[in-house]
Amino acid sequence: MNKTVKNADEAIKDIFDNATLMLGGFGLCGIPENCITALVKKGVKGLTCISNNAGVDDFGIGLMLKTRQVKKMISSYVGENAEFERQLLSGELEVELIPQGTLATRCLAAGYGMPAVFTPAGVGTEVAIGKESRKFLVEGVEKEFLMEMAFDADFAIVKAWKGDPHGNLIFRETARNFNPMMAMAGKITIAEVEELVPAGTLEPDQIHTPGIYVHRIFQGANYEKRIEQRTVRKK
Amino acid sequence: MLDKIGIAKRIAKEIKDGYYVNLGIGIPTLVANYIPQGMNVVLQSENGLLGMGPFPFEGEEDPDLINAGKQTITTVPGSAFFDSAMSFGMIRSRKVDLTILGAMEVADNGDIANWKIPGKMVKGMGGAMDLVASAKNIIVAMQHVNKAGESKLLPKCELPLTGVNCVKKIVTELAVLDVTPQGFKLLERAPGVSVEEIKKATLGRLIVEGEIPEMVID
Repeated sequence: MNKTVKNADEAIKDIFDNATLMLGGFGLCGIPENCITALVKKGVKGLTCISNNAGVDDFGIGLMLKTRQVKKMISSYVGENAEFERQLLSGELEVELIPQGTLATRCLAAGYGMPAVFTPAGVGTEVAIGKESRKFLVEGVEKEFLMEMAFDADFAIVKAWKGDPHGNLIFRETARNFNPMMAMAGKITIAEVEELVPAGTLEPDQIHTPGIYVHRIFQGANYEKRIEQRTVRKK
Repeated sequence: MLDKIGIAKRIAKEIKDGYYVNLGIGIPTLVANYIPQGMNVVLQSENGLLGMGPFPFEGEEDPDLINAGKQTITTVPGSAFFDSAMSFGMIRSRKVDLTILGAMEVADNGDIANWKIPGKMVKGMGGAMDLVASAKNIIVAMQHVNKAGESKLLPKCELPLTGVNCVKKIVTELAVLDVTPQGFKLLERAPGVSVEEIKKATLGRLIVEGEIPEMVID
């Protein structure tokens, strides 16, 4: 298989107004930098973005917020972005805050072909409002779980460390985060990688995401990999 | 009265050999510095790491290696990386022995609120709702009273809840308390703090039985 496309512009060319996108990354770690830049350039609007965070004011998804391309964010934590908070409080941006594990598992459910999952996160809180719940026995004690639906995303955009033309992906360190589940969950999955290697050179035992889940792949350029909280100790 | 470091030191005493521990942002992160040498403890960071090490030396920061607070960190020998679904899998299936996190309010039935102030703070719950819904043992590190001097240990949380009936223990600048079916049970006083002061700062049901010892902090 050869799923290689030239660059981010080509990879995202059919992303349409009002599409639902999944974007990998945790904070600014492991985000698809090239595709975000291309989406800003393309100017596609009315997007629903499923992503753990919303970037910072001038990087990551924050760039798409600045240009008002995002209609709705589905995230677990958005505390790092002042423009986000402004658009939310003024009502310009619709936001659904959901628990981080629920976010991960709703991606997972989509990629595993399961319509829903049950999780205890959010029971008894406003997250549970309007949701079906069910009690199960856990270690002999009855416990309540919420039914959470698999996500339905038009496109998943992920960032990996290495990939090959088949779409096989390997992630690095904590830049893995949401990327593997999102890669499995998109109707169309776009992967940008730091290094695109010839088919047959990745060790099959080491592959995190098998290529069957990936539809387009390209080698990204000029990765900034910005650090959000630089914390160090003295030698 | 304890400072933040004192609270972290006291909580570190709750950690046992062989524990897998998840530390939240703020005071809980400091606890890592006071785990006794030689104790086998593995720190879980919910963005996908078991075996979180200290901050890197200057110049050795790796943008691909961060903790749940987005800080640059390091690994330790025996560390393992995984994705976010597996991370919450190990939390949900109770493989993590102890969760330490901060709170804005705790109620005397173990309810906790720490993610939202309506109309004021909109940051989100991150992994806190998943952690409190599943953890075997939850210790809260918090200030006993807010900046206005009002108790944060309440009969009922006023802020939107993060989880219900889940907090097991609280360590504040004034006291160590267990959460029991009868309310907050006072276990220890901070150095120089009287039972009367703790009573005054606690709005929820407080059980005081017998002599309350003073905390021993190294």
